[in-house]
Amino acid sequence: MSEVEKHNYDVVVIGAGGAGLRAAIAAREAGMRTAIISKSLFGKAHTVMAEGGIAASMGNVNANDNWQVHFRDTMRGGKFLNNWRMAELHAKEAAARVWELETYGALFDRTKDGKISQRNFGGHEYPRLAHVGDRTGLELIRTLQQKIVSIQQDDGGDGKLKVFAECTITELLRDEAGHIAGAFGYYRDTGDFVLFRAPAVVLATGGIGKSFKVTSNSWEYTGDGDALALRAGSTLLNMEFVQFHPTGMVWPPSVKGILVTESVRGDGGVLRNSEGRRFMFDYVPDVFRKNYAETEAEADRWYTDPDHNKRPPELLPRDEVARAINAEIKAGRGSPHGGVFLDIASRVDSAEILRRLPSMYHQFKELADVDITQQPMEIGPTCHYVMGGVEVDPDTGSAGGHVRGLFAAGEVSGGMHGSNRLGGNSLSDLLVFGKRAGEHAASYVDEVDGNRPSVAQSDVDSAQQTALAPLERAEGENPYAVWHDLQQFMQDLVGLIRRKSELEESLKLLGDLRERVAKVSATGGRKFNPGWHLALDLRNMLVVSECAAKAALEREESRGGHTREDFPAMDPKWRQINLVCSLNPSGEVELRHQPVPTMRGELLGLFDLSELKKYMTDEELASYQPAKDGE
Amino acid sequence: MGAVRHFRVWRGDEDGGSLQDFQVEVNDGEVVLDIIHRLQATQAPDLAVRWNCKAGKCGSCSMEINGKPRLGCMTRMSVFEETETVTVTPLRTFPVIRDLVTDVSFNYQKALEMPAFAPPADVKPGEYRMQQVDVERSQEFRKCIECFLCQNTCHVVRDHEDNKPEFSGPRLFIRAAELDMHPLDARTDRKDYAVAEQGIGYCNITKCCTEVCPEHIKITDNAIIPMKERAVDNRYDPLVWLGRKIFRRDQIQA
Repeated sequence: MSEVEKHNYDVVVIGAGGAGLRAAIAAREAGMRTAIISKSLFGKAHTVMAEGGIAASMGNVNANDNWQVHFRDTMRGGKFLNNWRMAELHAKEAAARVWELETYGALFDRTKDGKISQRNFGGHEYPRLAHVGDRTGLELIRTLQQKIVSIQQDDGGDGKLKVFAECTITELLRDEAGHIAGAFGYYRDTGDFVLFRAPAVVLATGGIGKSFKVTSNSWEYTGDGDALALRAGSTLLNMEFVQFHPTGMVWPPSVKGILVTESVRGDGGVLRNSEGRRFMFDYVPDVFRKNYAETEAEADRWYTDPDHNKRPPELLPRDEVARAINAEIKAGRGSPHGGVFLDIASRVDSAEILRRLPSMYHQFKELADVDITQQPMEIGPTCHYVMGGVEVDPDTGSAGGHVRGLFAAGEVSGGMHGSNRLGGNSLSDLLVFGKRAGEHAASYVDEVDGNRPSVAQSDVDSAQQTALAPLERAEGENPYAVWHDLQQFMQDLVGLIRRKSELEESLKLLGDLRERVAKVSATGGRKFNPGWHLALDLRNMLVVSECAAKAALEREESRGGHTREDFPAMDPKWRQINLVCSLNPSGEVELRHQPVPTMRGELLGLFDLSELKKYMTDEELASYQPAKDGE
Repeated sequence: MGAVRHFRVWRGDEDGGSLQDFQVEVNDGEVVLDIIHRLQATQAPDLAVRWNCKAGKCGSCSMEINGKPRLGCMTRMSVFEETETVTVTPLRTFPVIRDLVTDVSFNYQKALEMPAFAPPADVKPGEYRMQQVDVERSQEFRKCIECFLCQNTCHVVRDHEDNKPEFSGPRLFIRAAELDMHPLDARTDRKDYAVAEQGIGYCNITKCCTEVCPEHIKITDNAIIPMKERAVDNRYDPLVWLGRKIFRRDQIQA
């Protein structure tokens, strides 16, 4: 066995995007010696790609907004499958988390009276997204990065809060009782191994998008946290819910899938088919009909007079818009490169587009030779976000299953967004639950202090062997070829629209891939070797893909980010069921049904009974009481 | 199927290396990073390169393409002649780790040394009020994606390793300017710090940094020059100097 560098920490945060950095700040502020493990360089995490904004009911633009409205919008967007407690905490705490960013130095766009400006977004009743042009994610990650630096300066450089950049964790280590004892991984630049001994680990690794061919996600999104949690005895919730963002670039081929922000629609952009028709009016589902305009004239009036007009259907939740676009393309009314048109040029003047959407302008100009102030964009659905993830306790972020000391926050966790996430709710989610996970990891450490779980040398040895295996296999398949096939299978068979036969086929093909993944070989040495890194990431991508496919086959209804062609309707009985994945002792994915937690009465009372009836059974609504005024 | 093109890619590590020739397929609309990825997938699986977003937003895939510092993901293949050889090398100013990956820790170290945003003592969270016109100046600098192309191209450090300890570079000058222009930053010594600790005086305004900035931040005109001017004002303006002497302003606080 080769030399392993060893560190002792109180809390190890895996992931350096918004959730990880916010968790690390909270853990350090609670006095913990904290390590941040970043798969990329510090400040490059996928959070930078978030464009639109952070949803928080500050009421700066429309004073009618409050946490109850935000809570309702979030539950509706998720088709009532959300963990209601998470949605409640999120709606209540988001505003404070945004204001806190200003004390770290963030500079949001302003309203005329100098407050944080807020913009419209799909599914949000009022203008709610704090933003900086269309680069809000960059502002968020940079602000948190600079706050970390600020804490390090206050600490006097004694390493109580340290970033381990370009470092990948391959295994969580537990003691015999199932308590987290540490994490094992390698430095990407040297290929050297590193062991972190710590009683608490916060997973903040983001999503699983790299299992799909057309995706807005970066290479880091290989489901590491989900897979680490599974292998450590924890559970994943509702992995069938994958969000296909309606607007990804479709041309040129090399940029297919790159995100086009929803702000284009929030700021006035509309969707048209090849016949020039604003087709979204044809796709408003019954559950949303009373909230959306029926004519173009009313929809257009809404931008200037939202109190007296209904919103344009382009601002329906993302799952609805993605399905509508897919249907138009399938019906032969698509654009030349297989998408539909997103037009803001004919609706908003050039200077305003440049001011509000500078990076979209830049992206289309440089990558597609399209001037969005003059021409429509061509767009189509792209895999963007996974609503499913590590099953967590809503208040603490503590992971479910047979493990203690494991926490999760942000995209890697499940439940908050139900079956579909609203735009803008991701950045607020990672701030609210990042902070909570960091704080609760810290209290857990206080609890177990004096009796810290210890790492078994045999576990370190075996983690090392697993990591080295692809380099030692002389004969074996190229990991890039296996990855290519995995992405193709997931795209074709577990994509936006699903069918029983295809899902069954996907499980068979993923089963075959299991053997191929176990035999991949990486040429070259350990020093910054992307082929080796991919070989190790593949097993994570594979197991999360299996979870998604298996849960998608099981759930016989269509809801949010899960559309079954053979079961096109929502079914109130399925609304009561969470699908939970775990690994059995031989490493195979097992799936079980678990009841969705029952919403507290006074929260249920925030909705009209008529609306709830569209989602829930009569038994569930037997004790319904409308909320009193002022609630 | 696209055309087959000639690429030369530097491969090696801190012990040395060389340009390697590749013949590789190039398709309509592709960028240099796509071609590097194709090389990884088909010819050189261990070819080291950094990348993340592939959309010009994260600043990871900085490299030198035909000698120019650029982002691989934002360099369209169509900017080259069809017969032109495309030569890709790592950033020259930073030590090579492997192939196209360099050790950029210099930049993080400089950031760590620089005093952070100082929140105003008497303003509570939620009560920050700033006008759009006032935040816009700093917002320009906060567009920075930390690709470090400006740091790489700056001649003060590009071929002068010995200047690195005293010189923070354009990335950190715009950070200094950003905080200086931040309407609510409580520190008032950002300019003095830029002169005394960051080595802004080394800059002789050749604007190379501005030219390579993929975010089109006017680094020289909007950050460095104003910081230098105001630094000069404070330290050398004869009236300010006289005021300090006569009214002993510099001693009143003490």
